[in-house]
Amino acid sequence: MGRTLAEKVWDDHVVRHAEGEPDLLFIDLHLLHEVTSPQAFDGLRKAGRTVRRTDLTLATEDHNTPTLDIDKPIADPVSRVQLETLRKNCAEFGVRLHPLGDVEQGVVHVVGPQLGLTQPGTTVVCGDSHTSTHGAFGALAFGIGTSQVEHVLATQTLPLAPFRTMAITVEGELPDGVTAKDLILAIIAKIGTGGGQGYVIEYRGSAIEKLSMEARMTVCNMSIEAGARAGMIAPDETTFAYLEGRPHAPQGADWDAAVAYWRTLRSDDDAVFDREVVIDAAELAPFVTWGTNPGQGLPLSESVPDPASFEDASEQLAAEKALEYMGLTAGQPLRDIAVDTVFVGSCTNGRIEDLRSAASVLSGRSVADGVRMLVVPGSVRVALQAVEEGLDKVFTAAGAEWRHAGCSMCLGMNPDQLAPGERSASTSNRNFEGRQGKGGRTHLVSPQVAAATAVLGHLASPADLSDAAVSTPVGA
Amino acid sequence: MEAFTKHTGRAVPLRRGNVDTDQIIPAHWLKKVTRDGFEDGLFEAWRKDPEFVLNKAEHKGGTVLVAGPDFGTGSSREHAVWALQNYGFKAVISSRFADIFRGNSLKNGLLTVVLPQETVDRLWKLVEADPTAEVTVDLVDRQVRAEGITADFELDENARWRLLEGLDDISLTLREEDAIAAYEARRPSFKPRTVEV
Repeated sequence: MGRTLAEKVWDDHVVRHAEGEPDLLFIDLHLLHEVTSPQAFDGLRKAGRTVRRTDLTLATEDHNTPTLDIDKPIADPVSRVQLETLRKNCAEFGVRLHPLGDVEQGVVHVVGPQLGLTQPGTTVVCGDSHTSTHGAFGALAFGIGTSQVEHVLATQTLPLAPFRTMAITVEGELPDGVTAKDLILAIIAKIGTGGGQGYVIEYRGSAIEKLSMEARMTVCNMSIEAGARAGMIAPDETTFAYLEGRPHAPQGADWDAAVAYWRTLRSDDDAVFDREVVIDAAELAPFVTWGTNPGQGLPLSESVPDPASFEDASEQLAAEKALEYMGLTAGQPLRDIAVDTVFVGSCTNGRIEDLRSAASVLSGRSVADGVRMLVVPGSVRVALQAVEEGLDKVFTAAGAEWRHAGCSMCLGMNPDQLAPGERSASTSNRNFEGRQGKGGRTHLVSPQVAAATAVLGHLASPADLSDAAVSTPVGA
Repeated sequence: MEAFTKHTGRAVPLRRGNVDTDQIIPAHWLKKVTRDGFEDGLFEAWRKDPEFVLNKAEHKGGTVLVAGPDFGTGSSREHAVWALQNYGFKAVISSRFADIFRGNSLKNGLLTVVLPQETVDRLWKLVEADPTAEVTVDLVDRQVRAEGITADFELDENARWRLLEGLDDISLTLREEDAIAAYEARRPSFKPRTVEV
């Protein structure tokens, strides 16, 4: 029987296999950030251990970093200590670090790919659930806890229980205005936040093959929101073209050897998946969440659902609690929901294509009165590219705030937060209660929907703008 | 890691599904650089409601959390496990756990027990009717017991052995030094490196 892509990558990393025990897997790339690593380094110190492979380890500062006044000392003393702790740990253990202010600093899942470190057929881990992002390259990439971070630092391996495989096949053409974000939100709504539990998902089909690398990263990024261990897409010419010439991509004979290997990384025709889901791209539409988990989403054209419409009793209860928290009423059209804040950024949608996408909608338009719009590039490199293209000017001319790179309002560990009761349209990945600030209410959207929402002041897609921009005074 | 063999204590019924790790421990608590001191952050937002189950006098001192499906979804933060343990929980029962949370719990000696929702419902009813009812989580026999309820649960043999013995994963892996070194020696030269060494 043939093997799936995930099984091939797994098999190529087995250091030790024994019946009845987890496989010991070699880890090709270990990414670190300040939040989930301090206790791991402490563990190493207490046990007198070292970092086994500093040449396979990279750290960046992202979760806590401010997006304003980055040349000044960090105002929050607790955040400052955490960043200083990472700097001390990296210096002590010899780990390469890109701190705040460095040209390679940024969100860890933006930095790895842009440096060319994330490559097909590698195993990538990070103490961060959105490590699934890197699966877009055909890497087996997953988030780990701090105990596992310590384990990888000490041994460059992880003992891992076997996984099940799921194929999500998306055939056809995505309609105009429908993005990778809409696709993954629709997938999560379909299979549920626990639907991927225990699985590595492989996204395949003609609609996936047509996606750019950045769009593929958006899809794989949110695999964890469906509960999956990881998400993957088979590498192809799009992948190779993205990687070629990047600082850490192979060169010369190594490049040829690497590409020859990468071409073998496809699920065999006779491979069998434990579960298969098929989606027709043509049926998709701009998608937004209405609730407090990423599975509670609907096409923008629909209305807030009635909790009684759910068959399952626990889903009914979840919907009731979500509407109460979100301050919404069943039957309210999603387009009528007014927002206070729009956030464009994060490891889901903070890359250059996302900024271009939002800027194209904002160009020549203005952010509605009373709406605050934050644009936070995923990395310093993304910011520099955006400035070169003049996107920062488009954002600031429209009345949006152009900030420095970091995780920012995705999880509000820095000062970028929602106030209690404030509502956002956010290109990030989680609409959990309080995720963007205590009492904050989050609607997950694509960059295009975020920009259109900023202009109109209520949830909207660019298609809603053509008339509105003419007939409605700017800011109304 | 602290070993887990058998625990008997009062149970706390948390009638919610999709309890994500942002609820278990909000992000602003993650700035701490220690593994302790997270007890006050556990379910911080929900605990502001006097009616929240952890605030009820009759459930004070409970050590077994019985929750709805998909417990621990979202972020990989191990702080969620530390917060539950710092607060005093020894075990969590749910019909389904998020993968990363489950892995983290078992690495810290917090036993996460998967039982059918029907059994979870019975446990909820039992402890709501009688908050003093005790629940035993027995890893030796892989069984949860309470008055009128006996439910077997599964846990893979290797994870069970590590928990029963309180074994440190890193020490176990370091015994495989030869296998790791042999693997490293045969890795292709095109694999990425973050720094030249």
